Amino acid sequence: MSNLAMKSEEEMLEQFIERIEAGDKIEADDWMPEEYRIALIKLISMHGISEIMGALPEKEWVPKAPTLHRKLAIMAKVQDEMGHGQLLLRVAEDLLKPYGKTRSDIMQDLFNGDLKFHNVFHMDTKSWGDAGLIGWLVDGAAIITQTNMLGSSYGPYARALQRICAEEVFHAQHGEAIIMALAEGTEEQRTMVQEAINHWWESLLMFFGPASKETTGSSKQDITIKYKIRKKTNEQLRQDFFTKYIPRILSLGLKLPDPTMHYDEEKQMWIYQQPDWSEFKKIIKNQGPRSQARLNLRRTSYENNAWVRDALAATTN
Amino acid sequence: MSSGENVLSPEYKKALENLLFQLADDDFLISFRGSEWLGLAPHIEEDVASSSISQDTMGHAAMFYTLLEDLGAGKADDLAHLREAQDRRNSVLAERVNGEGYYMETPKYDWAYAVVRNFFYTQAKKVKMDSLRQSNYKPLAETAVKVNMELYYHLLHWKTWFIQLLNSTDEAKRRMNEAIELVMKDFGDVFSYGDEKTAIEQSGLIAGEDQLKEGWKSNMALPFECVAMKVPDIPEASAKNGRNGDHTEELASALTTLSEVYRLDPAAAW
Ligand SMILES: [Fe+2]
Ligand SMILES: [Fe+2]
Repeated sequence: MSNLAMKSEEEMLEQFIERIEAGDKIEADDWMPEEYRIALIKLISMHGISEIMGALPEKEWVPKAPTLHRKLAIMAKVQDEMGHGQLLLRVAEDLLKPYGKTRSDIMQDLFNGDLKFHNVFHMDTKSWGDAGLIGWLVDGAAIITQTNMLGSSYGPYARALQRICAEEVFHAQHGEAIIMALAEGTEEQRTMVQEAINHWWESLLMFFGPASKETTGSSKQDITIKYKIRKKTNEQLRQDFFTKYIPRILSLGLKLPDPTMHYDEEKQMWIYQQPDWSEFKKIIKNQGPRSQARLNLRRTSYENNAWVRDALAATTN
Repeated sequence: MSSGENVLSPEYKKALENLLFQLADDDFLISFRGSEWLGLAPHIEEDVASSSISQDTMGHAAMFYTLLEDLGAGKADDLAHLREAQDRRNSVLAERVNGEGYYMETPKYDWAYAVVRNFFYTQAKKVKMDSLRQSNYKPLAETAVKVNMELYYHLLHWKTWFIQLLNSTDEAKRRMNEAIELVMKDFGDVFSYGDEKTAIEQSGLIAGEDQLKEGWKSNMALPFECVAMKVPDIPEASAKNGRNGDHTEELASALTTLSEVYRLDPAAAW
């Protein structure tokens, strides 16, 4: 009997691969190999929780946004990010169902460090320039990585990304507007932008992940490419980011923090100094500048609101 | 007196400006308190919903400051960010902190207080907007119509929370009752026009204090009935009347945060 089961499992896998090769979309209730499900859960719950943790550094600047107009714009943006988190966690929850897990397990995994969030959101913010830069370049980088997965073989994720990417475009425009106002502004404002670029440069390089697993010891890009969850490699995405943003940074009269950076015509690629990948490993293990503070903020508010969740559970039962 | 006539009498204009400052500062501060909750609400869906409300509310503040700018009171951004605490006309209720702690550190905010404050405040605002739709100052009447459209959802949102929590666990009931007591302590100046009472009430801009209070109480009757409670009495405006510029320390520190960046250079383009 076990032989028969094994055989059919193999056949199912074959069929599955044929389906995704043919560009078919996999849906939540379809059969899928365990490896695929696990890769999706990791990817999507990390993406979802990063949207939510990502609201925290920007939230610091919501009340401080300089004008009424900027206050409204950044409020709208942070609200969108929470909405992205909500959308993605629902996709992850469906995938978790066979394991009997729910959203509270996702939260617990975050608190105990099993679920990572994106390296950029472990960083500290120092000025309004950082708030603008997050919108402009962090969301800009997110657009590049997310566009890479728009054709994802997993239907629910691909559809969520379609909506998310449309909103991310507005976020990047919001960020760019802040940065342009600063870059065309007073001496003090220009300094603010340059310092923000210097401050975020390494984090932005790290955002796309290591080029290969040799860099950090592990990389999930191979599995996700194999299953057609994504198309391009980490390095290709980083290069796309450079091609899109280096000219824009320079045209605002800003300096690149890496003086060796240049485009090699022969190799057709940007040559740049590698960020400190050992630092990256530390950051995603929740040892970044603001990792513990932000986790603590979420954990405290989660515990602090436990009575509300209890009260809601009591009225719906 | 209508806006059609370009010249407003000095007394009318003074009453109008004072009223607009009360409305603008109220929304500016309560929206700030709402935005401090960002990322910390009881669940993610609520975070999305309540941050949308805070955003609408900041939008309303901006509309009222813009009406002031149109009257020549100064630039809307200057009015929102540069006026000192003693020049603010918001009610004390709108400036109160959300609970223990600073929003940048690890605050312990009280959701029961958030629900009760927002519900009572929003109902008060609704009563005012309903009255302002008949205001003899047309730009204000038009703004009230716009504000009212969004207010319907805000009110429904907070009313739902209010009824749900008060019909739930013993702990929820206890916390909600404590919050009601806390909110009502500060409720005295919500419907007060402060020293401008006579001028505002005679201006034809908005109904009188007593009429608004009655409106609030009759609107509150049903939700309180749903939770088997009596509508609390609105206290008299206390010595600390926000409408006259009397405020707590909590306002001063809120304003420091709200204007930190703008004050770096109010003349710069941001
Ligand atoms: Fe997002
Ligand atoms: Fe975004």
